[in-house]
Amino acid sequence: MDLALVWFLIIAFFWLGYLFLEGFDFGVGMLLPVLSRDETERRVMVNTIGPVWDGNEVWLIVAVGATFAAFPGWYATLLSSAYLPLLAVLVGLIGRGVAFEYRGKVDSVRWRRNWDRVIVAGSWLPALGVGLLLSWNVLGLPIDAAGNRVGSAFAAFQWETLLGALAIVGFSLVHGAVFVALKTDGEIRSRARRLALRIGPVALSPLLGLLLLVQMRAGSSWTWLVVGIVVLTGILALVVLSAGREGRAFALMAMVIIGSVIALFGALYPNVIPSTVDPAFSLTIEGTASSPYTLQVMTWIAGFGAPAVLVYQGWTYWVFRKRIGTGHIPPVRVP
Amino acid sequence: MDVLDLARWQFGITTVYHFLMVPLTIGLAVLVAGMQTAWVRTGDVKYLKMTKFWGKLMLVNFAMGVVTGIVQEFQFGMTWSAYSRFVGDAFGAPLAMEGLLAFFVESTFLGLWIFGWDKLPKKVHLACAWAFSLATVASAYFILAANSWMQHPVGVELVDGRPRLTSIWALLTNNTALAAIPHTIAGCFAVAGAFLVGVAVWHLTRRNEERQVWRASLKLGGVVGMVAFAALAVTGDLQGKLMFQQQPMKMAAAEALCHTEQPASFSIFAYGDVARPDCENVKSITVPALLSFLAHNDFSSEVKGIEDLVKEYKAKYGEFYPVDPQLGELSGQPIDYVPNLPVTYWGFRFMIGFGALAALAAAAALWLTRGGRMPSSPWFRRAALAGIATPFIANSFGWIFTEMGRQPFVVVPNPTGVDGVWMFTARGVSGISVGEVLTSLIVLTLVYAVLAVLEVFLLRRYARAGIAGVMPPPDKPAEKKSDELAFAY
Ligand code: HDD
Ligand code: HEM
Ligand code: HEM
Repeated sequence: MDLALVWFLIIAFFWLGYLFLEGFDFGVGMLLPVLSRDETERRVMVNTIGPVWDGNEVWLIVAVGATFAAFPGWYATLLSSAYLPLLAVLVGLIGRGVAFEYRGKVDSVRWRRNWDRVIVAGSWLPALGVGLLLSWNVLGLPIDAAGNRVGSAFAAFQWETLLGALAIVGFSLVHGAVFVALKTDGEIRSRARRLALRIGPVALSPLLGLLLLVQMRAGSSWTWLVVGIVVLTGILALVVLSAGREGRAFALMAMVIIGSVIALFGALYPNVIPSTVDPAFSLTIEGTASSPYTLQVMTWIAGFGAPAVLVYQGWTYWVFRKRIGTGHIPPVRVP
Repeated sequence: MDVLDLARWQFGITTVYHFLMVPLTIGLAVLVAGMQTAWVRTGDVKYLKMTKFWGKLMLVNFAMGVVTGIVQEFQFGMTWSAYSRFVGDAFGAPLAMEGLLAFFVESTFLGLWIFGWDKLPKKVHLACAWAFSLATVASAYFILAANSWMQHPVGVELVDGRPRLTSIWALLTNNTALAAIPHTIAGCFAVAGAFLVGVAVWHLTRRNEERQVWRASLKLGGVVGMVAFAALAVTGDLQGKLMFQQQPMKMAAAEALCHTEQPASFSIFAYGDVARPDCENVKSITVPALLSFLAHNDFSSEVKGIEDLVKEYKAKYGEFYPVDPQLGELSGQPIDYVPNLPVTYWGFRFMIGFGALAALAAAAALWLTRGGRMPSSPWFRRAALAGIATPFIANSFGWIFTEMGRQPFVVVPNPTGVDGVWMFTARGVSGISVGEVLTSLIVLTLVYAVLAVLEVFLLRRYARAGIAGVMPPPDKPAEKKSDELAFAY
């Protein structure tokens, strides 16, 4: 297998890690006002992701940074063409990151309520934006032979891509609810489980819609199989959740996103960005890849770095494996 | 306003802003890890208090460093896509390495450190502090290697009109980078040192609590600040010497040296119209022959002036921009090889001047408080607090000088390197609309302004509250249950 293809897979892997990990972060943020009844419960929710949200976000940074190193043309075209959605993602991530850190730093109801709003908005906005970005990438952008966007800032909007935005939002909602059910104890746990079951079928349908759409446009027979597995695991996740098996439901949600990423990137191959202006202008793996030497260097780095990341991030989840409940939350102690 | 101007303003504003958080994070992170080490080794509770107090301030600042950094990572693609396509093969690698080898470690172990106080064994917890703080230094290494490649492209060959990486080792051991990295890291410690001194003096002159903690912090900050300045001077001199070879125009601009001189004198202060590249109206207070020494370690050597350099650059890189719609207003226009002179000239002096001021303040604070003394004048306190700002200002001017001094190039031609590996800044921008860049420029600037107010508000609040703000009062430790979350949000 040549290295350019390896790097296409590595980048898919970083996106997968990002969607899986930050998916539940986003879900926790979006559901903050829905699942909690009081301040202590809100703190329980924020603390379920407290030690890990920053590490999860780095998956996005590395997905994007690795694209820069391995496929500069892909990086340049995608980020400049999708300028405004990316700005929304950035503003959301800025607000959210600061909000987690600052919301508990002053003991005032107004202070916390405002930061909670930032967390909610800062979780919806990037989830929508990332979904839009990914579906644009897979469904195609109006790019010319040089890889520049043709037309105005809004030239790339098509109704189908809204489906992509909703797909990531819907997945994050269910994934986040399952995660809260898995990581908490007491009232909030059963509330989260009930919510996941109630919204599950509806919230996961845009993802299915996106996969089917991509399938019709660019699918092949083996990707049909993957879509089938996604549907099955999605249904199974909700079934085992209703039986109270939160850990298994969470693992099945992982299968859902793994299958989705495989289906999306599988449909993308051998392009990295299809052109909607003329298929001849599509950016391809071979056409945008860095030199073999650069890819070789990067392969060494990733071959050493990525497994290490899995080990120490895995260790973090193990250290903080205990469920938390309202009883674990210390009293507010701020100046 | 065209896309180029807006993109430059945006990059300048967002990176200078990012670099307000960065040095405080790096400097404090390493010092806090040191404090925690002292606590683990001696068991002296004074060090625990220092760790918790300075650690809290570091965290308030860290969050802002993270979120402003994400913008930087995306910006190369969003506003500088032509640049990214051109340099990606070489420049992308250190950026990706920064993410894979530094940011992952940094963010994961910081999470462990914040939440792991009572969960992890003491030594493992301490190891997390070191993993995190050394990762901040590693991230500085990679990003500065990337930046140094723009100042001095090495380790590449030209294939199909684009630089192609031939040696990652050459890129990571670029002599420009090996000088810039210690210089920048020392700048980070200058910031942390002044911060410790300022806050500690405030407590010592206002209150009578925890004097041991504040005395120790003051001493640490003062020593760190002074050593940092010494390191800055040594490494800065090294950078200067490299710059005379690699970017002679930047150095001439830094001195507003219009005519070639032999021996060349070093300008300390100029008045008149520095902006004119012919120096008609500039009067300058100078130290004879010093510039020759700085450039070549030889008091009688020749240093080239702007006018001669412009002739050389025109001969090598052309007199006019090509006619190309991508260049917008600049298409077919004459190329201006002289960087903005007032900015480079004063930027260089402000960097050194404010840095020296910080070192002086640190020395004065140590001297005035020697042997348990404590001046009661409010001026002492005010000066120490004002001192906090000086290394921040020096750092910002250092970057503004470095980055604006390389104009009109975004990748500066390497005089001893591969022919053709250089790029005009005007060539680097994305083919996007003015409206888009203007939107992001306004939105990001506004968001940053609001966040700046909030961060300063929180830093002040926690700095003033002192130890009581970060640790439970000793008379009621019992209220704490064993499985409560430490340091929880
Ligand atoms: C000399 C040091 C230095 C310099 C010149 C830069 N940074 Fe930075 N950056 C850091 C030192 C740093 C850091 C110390 O590692 C930070 C600051 C605070 C923090 O949380 O990490 C950081 C954070 C940070 C993050 C967030 C990491 C996370 O989530 O943990 C990103 C994506 C970037 N930076 C990217 C950049 C880019 C693309 C830069 C170039 C324009 C840049 N930084 C300049
Ligand atoms: C954090 C410290 C940094 C600061 C404060 C800083 C500052 C600046 C400033 C003021 C400009 C605008 C210059 C002008 O347009 O005249 C600029 C431009 C730029 N800088 Fe930096 N910079 C920093 C680090 C970096 C690093 C580490 C890189 C690359 C890895 C980098 C790459 C660029 C690029 C690509 C531009 C845009 C092109 C240009 O205007 O020349 N900068 N920076
Ligand atoms: C005696 C004092 C100093 C000398 C001779 C000196 C010299 C230099 C030189 C020549 C450069 C430009 C490097 C280039 O463009 O290639 C530079 C950059 C810089 N300086 Fe200084 N400097 C001094 C003090 C300081 C101080 C006190 C600070 C901050 C506290 C500082 C912070 C910076 C920063 C952040 C940069 C930009 C990053 C870099 O290129 O390393 N410098 N300095």
